[in-house]
Amino acid sequence: MSIRERLSGNEAVAFAFKQINPDVMGAFPITPSTEIPQYFSQYVNNGEVDTEFVPVESEHSAMSCCIGAEAAGGRAVTATSSAGLALMYEVLYVAASARLPITLACVNRALTGPININNDHSDSMGARDSGWLQLYSENNQEAYDNMLMAMRIAEHPDVRLPIMICQDGFITSHAIENIELVEDELVKKFVGEYEPQEYLLKKENPLSVGPYDISPYYMEHRVSQAQAMKNAKQVILDVSAEFAKMTGRSYGLFEEFMMEDAERAIVIIGSSAGTAKEAVRQLRAKGEKVGLIKLRAFRPFPMEELGKALNGVKAVAVMDKSEGFSACGGPVFAETRSACYGLPEQPMMINYVYGLGGRDVRVESIQYVFERLSEIIENGTTGEVYRHLDVRGGEYSGL
Amino acid sequence: MAYNLKKEASKPERFAGGHKSCAGCGLPVGVRGVLRAMDPEDKAVICCATGCLEVSSFMYPYTAWKDSFVHSAFENAGAMAGGVETALKVLKKKGKIDEDFKIIAFGGDGGTYDIGFQSLSGAMERGHDMVYVCLDNEAYMNTGIQRSSSTPKYADATTSPAGTVIQGKQQNKKELTEVIAAHNVPYVAQTTYIGNFKDLHEKARKAIYTEGPAFLNIMSPCPRGWRYPTEELMTICKMAVETCVWPLYEVVNGEWKVTYEPKNKLPVEEYLKLQGRFRHMFKPGNEWMIEDWQQSVDARWEKLLKKSV
Repeated sequence: MSIRERLSGNEAVAFAFKQINPDVMGAFPITPSTEIPQYFSQYVNNGEVDTEFVPVESEHSAMSCCIGAEAAGGRAVTATSSAGLALMYEVLYVAASARLPITLACVNRALTGPININNDHSDSMGARDSGWLQLYSENNQEAYDNMLMAMRIAEHPDVRLPIMICQDGFITSHAIENIELVEDELVKKFVGEYEPQEYLLKKENPLSVGPYDISPYYMEHRVSQAQAMKNAKQVILDVSAEFAKMTGRSYGLFEEFMMEDAERAIVIIGSSAGTAKEAVRQLRAKGEKVGLIKLRAFRPFPMEELGKALNGVKAVAVMDKSEGFSACGGPVFAETRSACYGLPEQPMMINYVYGLGGRDVRVESIQYVFERLSEIIENGTTGEVYRHLDVRGGEYSGL
Repeated sequence: MAYNLKKEASKPERFAGGHKSCAGCGLPVGVRGVLRAMDPEDKAVICCATGCLEVSSFMYPYTAWKDSFVHSAFENAGAMAGGVETALKVLKKKGKIDEDFKIIAFGGDGGTYDIGFQSLSGAMERGHDMVYVCLDNEAYMNTGIQRSSSTPKYADATTSPAGTVIQGKQQNKKELTEVIAAHNVPYVAQTTYIGNFKDLHEKARKAIYTEGPAFLNIMSPCPRGWRYPTEELMTICKMAVETCVWPLYEVVNGEWKVTYEPKNKLPVEEYLKLQGRFRHMFKPGNEWMIEDWQQSVDARWEKLLKKSV
C-alpha cells in the first residue's frame, strides 16, 4: 500500500534520498535547494540512513566530493540551485566524461545578474551540454518519482551518466502538496544496490580515472559518451515502465495532454505545465482544439518522438523559462524546431520566453499564447518568432 | 627500525618509470619518496590535481600509477580526496569492502597555494583521514612558468618577468605550511630532497599513518622554471635547507619542531646563484635585492626557531 502524505518538493526529494540511502551526500546550501541537505542531515544525525554527509565549503567542492565518492565505488548525491549549479559547471563535465552516475537534485532558480532567488530554468539549461541526463518535474509527486528512478537510469550499464532531477524553485520546492509515497522496502528493491564494474577501491584491480586524453583518443571517448546519451532514451522508458508497474504512475520522455486532434499546441517544461493544462482544459471546454506537450526528458532530447507528436499540428508555441541570449529564442525552442524540421506536416512555430526570475505565469498567460496561435493560423504566417511573454512594454496578457 | 635508504629503495616501485616528466624534475622524486613510506602491502588511492604531475604520469592509455588514481580538475584535489575517503568509510561500514586504503592527494603549488586553496582548506577543516602533498615548484610550470603565490620574491617568471623597470615578482611567497598548521590538523610538515631522504621518508610516514588530515609541503625544484642543470636537483635542495630558505620542520598536534638546524647557516647567495630565475639579482646595483632576501630569510628562521620546542 502506498503512503499518502503532504510534503513540499524539497521534503519529497529528501525523503526519496532517505529511502534510497545513498553512500555519500556532498552539499552546500543555496536557496531554494537548501532544505534538501538540511532535512537529510537530520536523517543522518538521527541514524535513519547509513549515508555520510559531507558539508563542503562550496558547490564546486560538492560536485568534486561526489566525483571522488562515486569513482571510489559509492553512490553519491547532491542538491543545488542557480549560482551553485553554475559554480559546478566545470566539474559537471568531468563527472559525465568520467561516466560517474552521480545524482543531483536541481531546484531550478534564476542565475544571478541581478541576483534573484526565484524560479526559472537558466541554471540547468546552462548545463544542458555538460553530458548530464536531465529530467524535469511538474509537481512534488513527479520530483519524488523521478528521484526514485534516477539511479536506475543513470547507473544502467548502457548509460553510466550522471543525472539531474529538476523541479521548480519555490513553486514546487516549497509548496506542500498531497503526495503518494512508495513503501521503503519497495523503494529499496526497485532502486537496488550500486554495483559498479570498476572502482577505485576494488582491491583486486587498481583503477586510474581521469587521464590526460590526447587527440588520437579524445574523440572516440566523446563519441562513446554521446552514444550513452542516445541509449538513455530507451533506458528511461524501460525504467519508467517498471516504475508504472509498481506504482501505477506512468511516465515517458514527455507527456501529451489532450493532443489527439489538437490544432494548436504548446511545448513546456516544469511546474508551468500544471497551469497550462488548466488553460487547455478551459479552452477544450469551449470546443477549441488545443493541447500540450510537457517535456520530462530534456537530456536526452526526444527528437524523433517529439517530431512525431507535433507532426500535423497547425501551430505550436514553445515555452522557454530561460533566456538563452541567442538573439533567436530559447534552448527548448531551438531543439523543438529542429525536431520538427523536415516533418511531412511541419507546424508553424513561435517561441515565448516567459517566467524569468519568478515572473508569474497564469492560466490567462497561456490562453493569451493560444490566442496568438489562432492568429498565426488565420494569417498563415508566424510574424515575430522570438517573443517574450508578460513583459512591460512588450506582450502583456493583462496582469 | 633505523632508516636505511638502500632497503627502502629496494621496495617494489608504486610509481613506474616511463612517465613523461622532464629530466631533473623533482616531482617523480617526491612521489616515489612519499609512496616508499608506505608499507608495501598497504593500498592507496592517489588523488591528483591537474598539473605537470598529472599530465606526465597518466596520458591515456598509459598510467605510471600502480595504485588506484583519480584526477578530475585543477582546483579540487582536496574535495575529491575527501569524497574518496568518505566513500571508503561508508563502504567499510556497510561491509562492502574489507580493506583499508590510504588516501593521498598530490597537487602542485598552483593547485594548492592558489586555485585549489579553498578546496584544501575545506578538506583539512572537515577532518578527512587523508594526506595532502604539495609538490611545490614555485610557479605554474605546466602552463609555462607563470608566477604563483608560492613564487619567491624577485624571481623571474613569465608573468612576473625581470624587466627593465620591474624586476621579477614583487610580492612575498605565501607561507602555506603555516596556514595549514593554523587549521589545527594533527600533522603538518615541510621537507625536500636532501641527503639520504630520511627527512622526507619519516615525515611522509608520519603523515600517512597519522589518523586524520595531514599536510606535507615538499619543495620540488623544476629545472625549466628555476633554470638549473638537471643534475643539480639535489644541490639546489641542499642549499635551500642550508641557507634556511626552506626550513625543515613539522607541527605535530600543534607542537612546532624544527627537524634540521644547519651547523653553519649559509648566506642566501649560495642558493640563489645556482638558479637562472634569480640571475638579475646579481647584477651590479641590485645588491639590495639579495640583502632584502637575507633579512627576510633570517627573520623567518628566527621566528620559526622561537616556535620550535
